[in-house]
Amino acid sequence: MGAELRIEKLFKSYKAGVPVLKGVDLTVSGDGVTAIIGPSGTGKSTLLRCINRLVEPTSGKVILRTANKDIDLASVRGSALRQARRMVGMVFQEYNLVERLTVMENLLTGRLGYMPAWKAWMRKFEQEDINRAFELLDAVGLSEHANQRADALSGGQRQRVGIARALMQQPELLLADEPTSSLDPKTSVEIMELMTELAHARGIPVIINMHDVELAKRFAKRIIGMSGGNIVFDGDGQSLSTSHLKQIYGGESWLQ
Amino acid sequence: MTNTLPQRMDVRPFSYSTGTKVGIVLVLLYVVYAAAQLDFTYSRFITGLDNASTFLSRMVPPNFTRSNILIKGMVESLEIAVLASVAGIALSLPIGLLGARNLMPGWASWPSRALVAVCRSLHPVIVAILFVKAVGFGALAGIMALVVASIGFIGKLFTEAVEEISIKQVEAVRATGASFANVILFAVLPQVFSRFVGFATYQFDSNLRNSTMVGIVGAGGIGGTLFSAFQRFDYDFVCAILITIIAVIMLGEILANFVRAVFVDNISPGEILRHKRISRISQGHEGADT
Amino acid sequence: MISSATHGQNRTWVRYTLGQKLLRFTIYLAIVIAVVQSIRHINIIPEFMYDAPAQMADLLNRMWPIDWAHYPQSVHAALMETIHIATLGTILSVILAFPVGLMAANNFTPNAFLNFIGRLILVSTRSVNSLVWALLFIAIFGPGALAGTLAIAFRSIGFVGKLVGEAIEQTHPGSIEALIAAGATKGSQLNYGYWPQIKPAFWSIVLLRWDINVRESAVLGLVGAGGIGMTLDTAMNLFEWQRVSVILVSIFVIVILAEILITQVRKRIL
Repeated sequence: MGAELRIEKLFKSYKAGVPVLKGVDLTVSGDGVTAIIGPSGTGKSTLLRCINRLVEPTSGKVILRTANKDIDLASVRGSALRQARRMVGMVFQEYNLVERLTVMENLLTGRLGYMPAWKAWMRKFEQEDINRAFELLDAVGLSEHANQRADALSGGQRQRVGIARALMQQPELLLADEPTSSLDPKTSVEIMELMTELAHARGIPVIINMHDVELAKRFAKRIIGMSGGNIVFDGDGQSLSTSHLKQIYGGESWLQ
Repeated sequence: MTNTLPQRMDVRPFSYSTGTKVGIVLVLLYVVYAAAQLDFTYSRFITGLDNASTFLSRMVPPNFTRSNILIKGMVESLEIAVLASVAGIALSLPIGLLGARNLMPGWASWPSRALVAVCRSLHPVIVAILFVKAVGFGALAGIMALVVASIGFIGKLFTEAVEEISIKQVEAVRATGASFANVILFAVLPQVFSRFVGFATYQFDSNLRNSTMVGIVGAGGIGGTLFSAFQRFDYDFVCAILITIIAVIMLGEILANFVRAVFVDNISPGEILRHKRISRISQGHEGADT
Repeated sequence: MISSATHGQNRTWVRYTLGQKLLRFTIYLAIVIAVVQSIRHINIIPEFMYDAPAQMADLLNRMWPIDWAHYPQSVHAALMETIHIATLGTILSVILAFPVGLMAANNFTPNAFLNFIGRLILVSTRSVNSLVWALLFIAIFGPGALAGTLAIAFRSIGFVGKLVGEAIEQTHPGSIEALIAAGATKGSQLNYGYWPQIKPAFWSIVLLRWDINVRESAVLGLVGAGGIGMTLDTAMNLFEWQRVSVILVSIFVIVILAEILITQVRKRIL
């Protein structure tokens, strides 16, 4: 049901000659959580944003293989790009909800990739979309907050809305950029549980950036360690040893 | 270690710093200088005060007998204000949006900002005169002048508001695959809409004020009636006109508050009936004519 | 956390309640009626409207090339006069507006009647346009810069007073409370409690008003209240369009210079 993502030789330099991503190769398929860990500045966020083209890759391919076709996300443009983006849902570290809109409206923005502007302006959403929105609201436990403004919610609640919004797109791939970094430990676990359950129910792969190694070990089927713009570890939580962590993050005292 | 206590305070508490003292002296010197330049003498002032009492006595009681001219002029001013505001607001939305450097490419934002700057730079009266010379006396010149003023005001503030939005919200909506128009509708406009409504209602009030005055230079409205009344020394009629203008403007402010309450605070009829306090958005608008 | 689905049940979502929709619709309707009525009733000769672009082009043509030589003889002195009118007017208005602003602030003056009077004064002075104030003062003091300065001063009372009043209403009640508890008089409360808090806002308001007043002073002369407006009026009446353009350019330059000055001062002081 979900797609397969194949990243080939992905390079990204923000400044000429200073590459942040140095030829990353990665394939993700099947449902299940892949966690990417690594120190700040190593390109985790860049990697994720290159997948849905919020950041332009300097070179390389990002191929999304769905049931009917292959799309190279790195090279499509215009409406083809938007159609490709529809298939990739993203959850952000700072939730990135439109604060002035209500929870319901934020959810419905997940369908904007499927609607022309005039319909969106008149708020003429399909009944199917509205039903789906209510279902998702129930699934994330926010039914009573449907008509509240997004900025009236707590951090954990906002992130739930963010997850629901991403799932409204009916994506084939879910990306999450440090989704729990702004949340307290208990809420972080709740959010991770929610994301992984909902994605698993829909059979779509999830790629999550995180810096909490314990959370990664707990929820991820596969862990990717990045350091200096390259992948230096690729395996499951069991095989992630302290020497690997030292290689990824450097320094020893935090490993005690 | 000896414990050195200050024997007395070297600086008097709460005294003005030297900078402030120098400043006050400079201001006073300037006042004297400028007054001399402008030929303000005490005697002129006293004569003036004499005139003032005569003048005020001639203004009261206000003369409403020529009410049909009064109403005709006032209605024309209202029409100028309405048409200029609607056209000006409608134009400022896209122009202001185009000027936002965080969303638009340079070839769109520079012309827009330049246009807005030119519209702001000249006083509405001067613009009105130019239009009068160009398109003749009457309301058309007034409307055009106030449209220019509206674009200058709303355009600048709206561009600033758009440049202050959180780009993260925009990023998120973009990531769903929404088109550019959808991104503007759902990520940009919700963030700035309430401020836009504030600017628009504010500009309506401002246009209402200005529309009563562009008539003085021939651009239609009650200003013309007012000016001729002055020239004929009909001060009691002047008083009547002024009272009417003030009343209409106050009414306009109440209307503007109501529109703000409906569109920004999303007030419902029930709340109005319960006399819910209608909130007022802060009207500290930069560069404006409050 | 995955709930049981509500199959086949269509739940509705509305953006606005019926009442809110009615209100919004009423306002839209009122605007449309106002616009339609205005268009039908207003006295615009369509030929003039279609002719407008050509007329504007003709006017702009006559205003070029700019007559720079005209500047030193008459424009400069008038420009300086304009600045003096603006500055003196602003200073005077601050002196007059401050007490009225205090009167209108409901935390400084708890008396509701005085509040009302204060607000009334502020609203009235704002509603009367500076040109109209100029006409009034010309009728009293005769044409010239005195009328212009007073017009600027009185018009600005509403602006300065309103914003100062709002600034005072937004001060922290805590420090004022402490002063009252210590037995301070109203004057001391003002001096030591309110003033330090509103100082930055106050200067910002004064600077802003001065900026606006420079613009306003430039046009007062059109009715005879001194300053460069009078030069402009003369030039226009004599159809000397090239002099008109040099005057307009100088006004433009002065306004820009004033804005630059204000931005610099703000950076330093605020």
